[in-house]
Amino acid sequence: MPSLDDLKKRIKSVKSTQKITKAMKMVAAAKLRKAQDSAEKGRPYSEKMQNIILNLTKSVSDPENASKLLIGTGKDKIHLCVVMTADRGLCGGFNSNICKLAKNYFKKILNEGKELKIITVGSKGLDQLKREYGNYIIEKVSFKDRKKITFKEAEEVGKSILELFSKEKFDKCILFYNNFKNVITQIPQSQQIIPVEKITSIEKNNNNNFYEFEPDEEEILEDLLPKNISTQLYRAFLENAASEQGSRMTAMDNATRNAGDLVEKLTINYNRSRQASITKELIEIISGAESL
Amino acid sequence: MSENFNLEIVTPDRVIFKSEANQVTIPSFEGLMSILKDHVSIVTFLRPGLIEVLSSKGEEKFFVDEGTVELNNNNLLILSSSVKDVKKISKKEINEMIQNAEKAYNNQEIKDKDKYILSHKIDTLKEFTQ
Repeated sequence: MPSLDDLKKRIKSVKSTQKITKAMKMVAAAKLRKAQDSAEKGRPYSEKMQNIILNLTKSVSDPENASKLLIGTGKDKIHLCVVMTADRGLCGGFNSNICKLAKNYFKKILNEGKELKIITVGSKGLDQLKREYGNYIIEKVSFKDRKKITFKEAEEVGKSILELFSKEKFDKCILFYNNFKNVITQIPQSQQIIPVEKITSIEKNNNNNFYEFEPDEEEILEDLLPKNISTQLYRAFLENAASEQGSRMTAMDNATRNAGDLVEKLTINYNRSRQASITKELIEIISGAESL
Repeated sequence: MSENFNLEIVTPDRVIFKSEANQVTIPSFEGLMSILKDHVSIVTFLRPGLIEVLSSKGEEKFFVDEGTVELNNNNLLILSSSVKDVKKISKKEINEMIQNAEKAYNNQEIKDKDKYILSHKIDTLKEFTQ
């Protein structure tokens, strides 16, 4: 049985932990609102760009000679995986979920005898992956020192990916990130960005648009596809940022509640042992008086 | 009012401009292009230059570095990561941009296409300083 003093100390320490988690939750909530806002504002751009690309690909007259970003290199040998995680921890299963998904994929392609290359974005993912897959990591990006992730950062990563592609260092590029659905649910997702995935669902609203292209389709595609890579990256960044805050908020909310439960339990324990010691003292006094 | 069509200028961060316009001039890659209502559907991309929007509310100007344009059913959509409202750019910023562009332009190794793009950028920017 711990002494009264020990219990008191424990209650105090749990209470101060609770204060920290509560503050973190509130900070996350404020940041979440901002991140969610920019994620939502960023959606039209990427959606509209995909739409244009879709319209373009439909009317490419000579698919054999189209840009390699669109149709791929024709091989399926080397996979480049971009794993996007946060730079900070204490956000529940956020980082682990992405890494788990990525690791499953790594295992699959390594079993198939294909080559694997990894780019990690965010330091937490690097920490989790470097033990097992350290040899495959070719680049690590971290934006720890930047306050806000803007399109420029996405362009930087996009450029390095495109450079690798032009040197034919890989055949397929896949992004791993958390898709922000709502505050409680974030879904780890993989998305293939090179070559561009064929989206079949949008074909329904095929309202037979006839476009004029100026200059021709191929040249526009050549201009547009590299931009699309950065755009998709940026979208993933934004979704990830919102997911991170959402995930941290729920995690910290849970932690605060758990701390509250613990304090309650400890307080009951404390009161009980205090009462016990009072009763003990009383009995001692009474029995002492009786014996006189 | 029937002479108007919809214009939307979208950047990765937000929708910068969304309203009706009477006439829009865009710096398309192959030259300036003015768009009026019932223009044929078109997809093209931009070189550095000015987007000039004429609407009932007056005239608005935006500077762009690059971008993609889609026009369909009187909906003009401009996607660009570098749109700047001309009224909000400072002289200092312009001068910096000119310097950077000129530095890149004088680099011997760049391709003709980049040179073409850069020369337009310098020209447009220099117009502001005058």
